[in-house]
Amino acid sequence: MGAEFVQFSLTPMLIGVLAAVACALPGNFLILRRQALIGDAISHVVLPGIVVAFLVTGTVATMPMLIGAGGAALVAVVLIEAIRRLGRIEPGAAMGVVFTALFAGGVLLLEQSDTSRVHLDVDHALMGNLETLIWLRASGWDSVIDPVALSHLPPELPRIAVVAALMAALTVIFWRPLKLATFDEGFARAIGLPVSAIGLALVIAAAVAAVAAFDAVGSIIVIAMFICPPATARLMTDRLATQVWLSLAIAALSAILGYVLAGYGPIWLGFDSAVSAAGMIATVSGVMLAIACLWARARGRVAPVA
Amino acid sequence: MAGFLDAVLLQAGYNAGLVTIGATLLGFAAGMAGTFLFLRKRALVSDAMAHATLPGIALAFLVMVAFGGDGRNLAGLLLGAGASALIGLYLVDWIVRRTRLAEDAAIGAVLSVFFGFGVVLLTVIQSLDRGRQAGLEDFLLGATAGMLMQDAVLIAVGGALVVALIVILRRPMTLVAFDPGHAAALGLRVGRIDLAMMGLVMAITVIGLTLVGLILIIALLIIPPVTARFWTDRVARMLLIAGCVGGAAGYLGAALSATAPDLPTGPIIVLIAAGLFTFSLFFVPRRGVLAAVLARRRFQARVHWRQGLLSLARAEPIHDPLTLRILRAAGAIRPDGVATDKGRALAAKSLRDERRWDIARAIHQDTALTGRYDGLTPIEEVFTADQIADFDARIGPPQPVGAV
Repeated sequence: MGAEFVQFSLTPMLIGVLAAVACALPGNFLILRRQALIGDAISHVVLPGIVVAFLVTGTVATMPMLIGAGGAALVAVVLIEAIRRLGRIEPGAAMGVVFTALFAGGVLLLEQSDTSRVHLDVDHALMGNLETLIWLRASGWDSVIDPVALSHLPPELPRIAVVAALMAALTVIFWRPLKLATFDEGFARAIGLPVSAIGLALVIAAAVAAVAAFDAVGSIIVIAMFICPPATARLMTDRLATQVWLSLAIAALSAILGYVLAGYGPIWLGFDSAVSAAGMIATVSGVMLAIACLWARARGRVAPVA
Repeated sequence: MAGFLDAVLLQAGYNAGLVTIGATLLGFAAGMAGTFLFLRKRALVSDAMAHATLPGIALAFLVMVAFGGDGRNLAGLLLGAGASALIGLYLVDWIVRRTRLAEDAAIGAVLSVFFGFGVVLLTVIQSLDRGRQAGLEDFLLGATAGMLMQDAVLIAVGGALVVALIVILRRPMTLVAFDPGHAAALGLRVGRIDLAMMGLVMAITVIGLTLVGLILIIALLIIPPVTARFWTDRVARMLLIAGCVGGAAGYLGAALSATAPDLPTGPIIVLIAAGLFTFSLFFVPRRGVLAAVLARRRFQARVHWRQGLLSLARAEPIHDPLTLRILRAAGAIRPDGVATDKGRALAAKSLRDERRWDIARAIHQDTALTGRYDGLTPIEEVFTADQIADFDARIGPPQPVGAV
């Protein structure tokens, strides 16, 4: 746990944890509202969003990309809703039509445009580059309080930290309306809550989290973290607050364990190169979900009498 | 354009021709297989299955290498893909059956975890295989450049088998899709029929991997049936239309992508299918958006026409611009708003029809007839001439209406 750890592992781990947390927070509500696959759809349409942003601005600067990706997510949500209503098609199929078409458009644009000189390709979009987000300026634990070294942190870290904090703040501020609108829409409507607006705001928040996390860790983790930690927590408790806290702990644990296993696991087994951290984090979260499915206390449809 | 025509006519070279034929067959089979998936409302389960193929492909590669093989044997890779897709499907069903999680959460969990594990295995293969490209990444988005005769034969045979099985199983699958309870009561094994349906979807996913890749194959399973649903309410026709939409997308997409190097086959096929979908959404007769808008406009015009005539008959001023426009267009009023002779005649008729309806509703107890009064249905469509003459006898002689 010396200088090398701070240089090469601390920042990717922190980014992984923050990305996992930022996705898991809205994921809790998406799962309960049976909209889990919105996360899947959003993470597919992020690709056309960033490609369009790149084509418009000509650079891979962060802000245009985030705006492009967020815009694409919003377009996708609107299109899904429009097709569902105009065509009277069930939501799953409408979603399938929209996100595959947008993703195909993204791949086509990517092939058409000259992106060879910038780091923008489908593999990167899927798998992220968590391993490369290292903090070269750090010389040890002292660097954590050294302003010069701190100013050379990978820019993804403060960005995902801000988004994670934003998600936490939104969850706390809108806790009551979110809870009511999620569990009893009719009642929420009756007491005058803007239920549809809450639903849309939740999806937008999820899109923001997805886009910020996607930038750092790729879309696999985004989908896995939207769904696996909240689903695991859902099988362990009947209380919403407990579920959210548990999901955060599970998300953070998945990120740390996954990163360590990906980075050091192969070395322990005698191989000399690491495996994909993003993939391993998703795998670990899946193993935890599997354990919860088999043994968790509240896994059944009917809750146990406490 | 000439290049596109060549490709459409299969004249753009051996490989392009193979790809075009393969894509057409794949699209046709996928459209048909996806139809039951859509009717059973399980369209997105195919997404989980498609993503779940990745670890199977990677494991099959590792196993084949471990036994001293090449690792790139297509049949072996596809066998692995199919096996892990079935495991993914089983897990989705198991999670839904055994835990409180809903299907969407189960699909998302299986999809992301299998795919993540597949990516881990891909990096393992990369590190084992320094310098030599395993090329497994091609399964993500498909790659048609190196398509061989045997791949085309695989797609053709596999697709034909899938279509044949669908034709054989279409009755039980239709029954299960629309009313599983009734199907079970008739003694059908609903679970097995569902499994057969998912097996067909799995087969399409696996044989489509080389051509369009695992991320986009679900588009060929979902978009053609949704498009076909706009055109018909009958399952047999829907199957055929979905097959044709998928086949057309495959054919045109492959031909188009053969014309330029920057046009990847899989995405182009998906975009053409999406184009056909969008066209159908708007322009299909009856269910389409345009048809709905036109029907609404026609209804609105009838209401305004009727209300306008009644206002003329009662000599009430008309202010609504749409009503005025409709009356003017039909020649019922002059440009300055004064009723023409024709307008007065029609207005008198409308008022008389209203009175006839009043009488009809007073003397007829048959609500099936009188209940059809909505202010728009002409009375001649509901009652016979004799009955109407009877109403007229009760009303009395005609009276002049409107400004004279």
